[in-house]
Amino acid sequence: MEAHLLSLVIWTPIIGGLLVLATGGDERASIARKIALAFSVVTFLFSLSLYSGFDKTTAVMQFTERAPWISTFNIFYHLGIDGIALPFILLTTFLTVIVVIAGWQVIQIKVAQYMAAFLIMEGLMIGVFSALDAILFYVFWEGMLIPMFLIIGIWGGPNRIYATIKFFLFTLVGSLLMLVAFIYLYQQSRSFSIPDYYLLPLNINEQILIFIAFFAAFAVKVPMVPVHTWLPDAHVEAPTGGSVILAAIMLKMGGYGFLRFNLPILPDASHALAGFMIALSLIAIIYIALVALVQEDMKKLIAYSSVAHMGFVTLGFFMFNEQGIEGGIAQMISHGFISGALFLCVGVLYDRMHSRQISSYGGVANTMPVFASFMMLFAMANAGLPGTSGFVGEFLVILGAFKVNVWYAVLAATTLIFGAAYTLWMYKRVIYGAVANDAVKALSDVSAREVVFLALLAATVLIMGVWPFPVLDIMHASVENLVAQTAASKL
Amino acid sequence: MFENMQLVYLAIPLSCLAASIIAGVFGKKIGRVGAHTVTILAVALSFALSLVVYFDVLAGNKFNGAVYTWAISGGVPFEIGFLIDELSATMMAVVTFVSFMVHVYTVGYMQDDPGYQRFFSYIALFTFAMLMLVMSNNFLQLFFGWEAVGLVSYLLIGFWFQRESAIAANLKAFLVNRVGDFGFLLGIAAIVFLFGSMDYSAVFSAAPQAATVTFPFMGGETTWITVICLLLFVGAMGKSAQVPLHVWLPDSMEGPTPISALIHAATMVTAGIFMIARMSPLYELSETALSVIMVIGAITAFFMALIGLVQNDIKRVVAYSTLSQLGYMTVAMGASAYAAGMFHLVTHAFFKALLFLAAGSVIIAIHHEQDMRAMGGLRKPMPITYLTVVIGTLALVGFPGFSGFFSKDAIIEAVHLSKLPGSGFAYIALTAGVFVTAFYSFRLLFLTFHGRPRMDQEVRRHVKESPWVVTVPLVMLAIPSVVIGAWYVEPMLFGGFFGESLKVLPAHDTLGQLAHENPDATGVELLLNLVLHGMMAPPFWLFLIGAITAWVMYIDKPELPGKLAVKFGAIYRMLMNKYGFDEFYERVIARGVRRIGRLFWQIGDAKIIDGWLVNGTARVVGWFSGIVRQIQTGYVYHYAFAMIIGLFLLMTLFLKP
Repeated sequence: MEAHLLSLVIWTPIIGGLLVLATGGDERASIARKIALAFSVVTFLFSLSLYSGFDKTTAVMQFTERAPWISTFNIFYHLGIDGIALPFILLTTFLTVIVVIAGWQVIQIKVAQYMAAFLIMEGLMIGVFSALDAILFYVFWEGMLIPMFLIIGIWGGPNRIYATIKFFLFTLVGSLLMLVAFIYLYQQSRSFSIPDYYLLPLNINEQILIFIAFFAAFAVKVPMVPVHTWLPDAHVEAPTGGSVILAAIMLKMGGYGFLRFNLPILPDASHALAGFMIALSLIAIIYIALVALVQEDMKKLIAYSSVAHMGFVTLGFFMFNEQGIEGGIAQMISHGFISGALFLCVGVLYDRMHSRQISSYGGVANTMPVFASFMMLFAMANAGLPGTSGFVGEFLVILGAFKVNVWYAVLAATTLIFGAAYTLWMYKRVIYGAVANDAVKALSDVSAREVVFLALLAATVLIMGVWPFPVLDIMHASVENLVAQTAASKL
Repeated sequence: MFENMQLVYLAIPLSCLAASIIAGVFGKKIGRVGAHTVTILAVALSFALSLVVYFDVLAGNKFNGAVYTWAISGGVPFEIGFLIDELSATMMAVVTFVSFMVHVYTVGYMQDDPGYQRFFSYIALFTFAMLMLVMSNNFLQLFFGWEAVGLVSYLLIGFWFQRESAIAANLKAFLVNRVGDFGFLLGIAAIVFLFGSMDYSAVFSAAPQAATVTFPFMGGETTWITVICLLLFVGAMGKSAQVPLHVWLPDSMEGPTPISALIHAATMVTAGIFMIARMSPLYELSETALSVIMVIGAITAFFMALIGLVQNDIKRVVAYSTLSQLGYMTVAMGASAYAAGMFHLVTHAFFKALLFLAAGSVIIAIHHEQDMRAMGGLRKPMPITYLTVVIGTLALVGFPGFSGFFSKDAIIEAVHLSKLPGSGFAYIALTAGVFVTAFYSFRLLFLTFHGRPRMDQEVRRHVKESPWVVTVPLVMLAIPSVVIGAWYVEPMLFGGFFGESLKVLPAHDTLGQLAHENPDATGVELLLNLVLHGMMAPPFWLFLIGAITAWVMYIDKPELPGKLAVKFGAIYRMLMNKYGFDEFYERVIARGVRRIGRLFWQIGDAKIIDGWLVNGTARVVGWFSGIVRQIQTGYVYHYAFAMIIGLFLLMTLFLKP
């Protein structure tokens, strides 16, 4: 079992998803829910044994599996993880459990299909984080989009078709360019093995063109300015669970891609284009923060806030030092919890009021005090308060940036002000104040089920804020190795 | 006394944290009595243990060590740990004592409030955060505590969250503090960059060598130490409300009075002062930074006191007085008279907490009225409150012998001896400030307790002294307000009380010079010397003039203030508008930023990216496919025709001989 643990973590939820689908119509919805919960919990437990069996002293790929798949083209079913991939797998398995619980009562139509989509998507996303073969990676990468399209397209809001098509087109264009890059790399190396690419000599022109191709795929996913505009639309239309997975995990694919492909395969292009990447990151941090400030739709505001937070991720990566990269990864993990939690909070309100407009609310704390406390915590975490996970990544990235250029750090640190401004201003208008209208007056506080998932996330956010040591400890060896790879020129 | 002092150190903050969690999470279950019992017991324990630590430190047992490793990144360990020395032990004792008094007082003050348990949970959490801040041995934990007290302050200013003014004030407080933290965090980043460590002792021991490292800045050159000190001071300006980041403190009076006393007077706002004192080994290396601090502090001390003259809300008068006193402490830091600044911090903590709590006692007695124009004549029905306010006022204005006299006089004398640029201005501002302080303090005293009662009949009939839970803390705070100055003036100012925890270069040693002027005198003789000296110095006369002016204007000729306000209309309006800071921030900055945000959104995102780039691409594709679509007619014979042409073309290509 040890030898195939990764496959187990990938395929357990997918098989579980097919089983859930087999339960059929909504008359058996309660069975579908229970099977989905059981499989998501089992997958989470499997992923924990990945953590306990992981050797954090080495940067070598672990839990590797390799079997021929399409021998003609040297394509393998090749899996393996290092300290950069592992945290994302844990994040995925944890959040899928949360999403299943969150969708328990909210989703009443096509329950089996909804749960199945999330389980199958979970397996595919773990596949993305553990694939070591470029084609396998590509298959997982594109495959995970299908359940997401369905989730937005079927359980989404009124404007869902526009949002799905925008989402689809943005990501498709990028992904196709990535495929072209893979094919070029195959022609140079006769291999689709990602670790082989790390050793492949490439001249600067090749590197820059491949960088641009990868950039197209990953920048859309992160998303970076100016290809971020699909995100607010997708979030607004997505059901709560979809928003959670989209913000918490799918966005991380882009950042993960930069670390797995651009930095180690294209070290010289990464250095050559670092200025461009840093500029886009800083624009995201400042420009997007100001855009977030004036949003009137809560989900849009959190979506824009995600883009600004992701700016820290890419900024950290292109500092090419350990604090920057580790900070970027920590920021991604933490953002997974916080943005997930905030979207769930909006979901809790939306389920009761059917509005995402800030102006529909006011004084929610009067009728939902427990909820208000949870949301306070997540809002503060989003504003990067020390003691919450939101601080860890921003802090390390600022330290890393300061070493490279003081002004990067100065510009990045404006998030302290703007991040607090847009988050707490929204909090003030929604939660604080006198009861704004009869609908707010009639609100009921969170149910036991809602307390379960909010408390789980709150605990995670606090633990990671008070003691981020284990999270950073997993990735040290791999990040050190990555820094060395990026520093070594291929020319 | 205790086998393992390290456990005691841990117990001091953690007991408050545990109590806060119990009162917060299980507040409903344990009820009001449960909530206040558990938090009061915890903070009392914390206070008792702090005293144990205090005497242990005075006996020579200090501690500096890590509790756990928060994270390691890029070879830099980030740790949580304690530094227990004279400075932190003093702060711990002050913080836990005032907090203890405020906890007891709250039982009376908040008894009708529906958020009773939540309030106790917050103030216990605050005590925890403040203790972590002062006990820290590294910059990371300092920042943790720094932000955590900011969070609790935010929660408490907005405690009555139904009130629009309260939730506007708490957002403002948090954001203005964040502006300060912006500088503070960059200062910490610069420290990590320059020293590769977050640990105080490592940074301080490496600082003298690093003092000469320069970098180009705005065409000239500057030392990193100056930059670090100034960036850290930006943080202090936010937390300790120095001009121009002072605007949040008066508004913080929207919070319940107990927290105005605890957080916005006695402890949290002094965090910036404490921080500078703690960083004295760094600040000593930058005379530029010291000068800046002195000037900013002097501006705050004098100009904020002036605003206090025209306020009618009793709490706001005390708030502006706090701003002004914080300015005095800041100036002390700039003059390298760290011990004097810390001394004033301690005495101020007692008498300012006292004044706030006494103001609260008045406010509840006349049914939550805060306007002094609706008070008057409360001396008779509220004798204990009146007496304690008199004591607090005398301490605040620096009446010879009272606690504030010793600490404030030392600051003024030290500034007088300072040779740094700006010290002349600071000396004049602080001395003139004494007159203003005396004037607004006695104005408050006269308007509230003397003269004819101005509240309505119904209220007047029911005015009575507050219950014991309110008056006992007042008395407990009044005692140190009288004696603490005389008690500690000798060790703190001249006896090297703070030992190694404060560092002063010989060239800046203003207090050392001051000690020179009182040679050999000790004990009562020294006190008498100081009092006599004080009575002949200009501050004493300025105080007398201030007090008499207040008596003339508010007791003897009550019609005078109105006339003066008309006659000096421009000045009066300027003071009423608080020099226009608020208006500027609201109209120009807040509104401007929102406008830019809207512009970015509607022009940048909607028009350029989505409009031109995204939909533009779609239009191009649509236009192109429109042309291509012409070919696809759906008629079989069209397709057949095309196939035949294609076939011919291919054949001609491949069948070439």
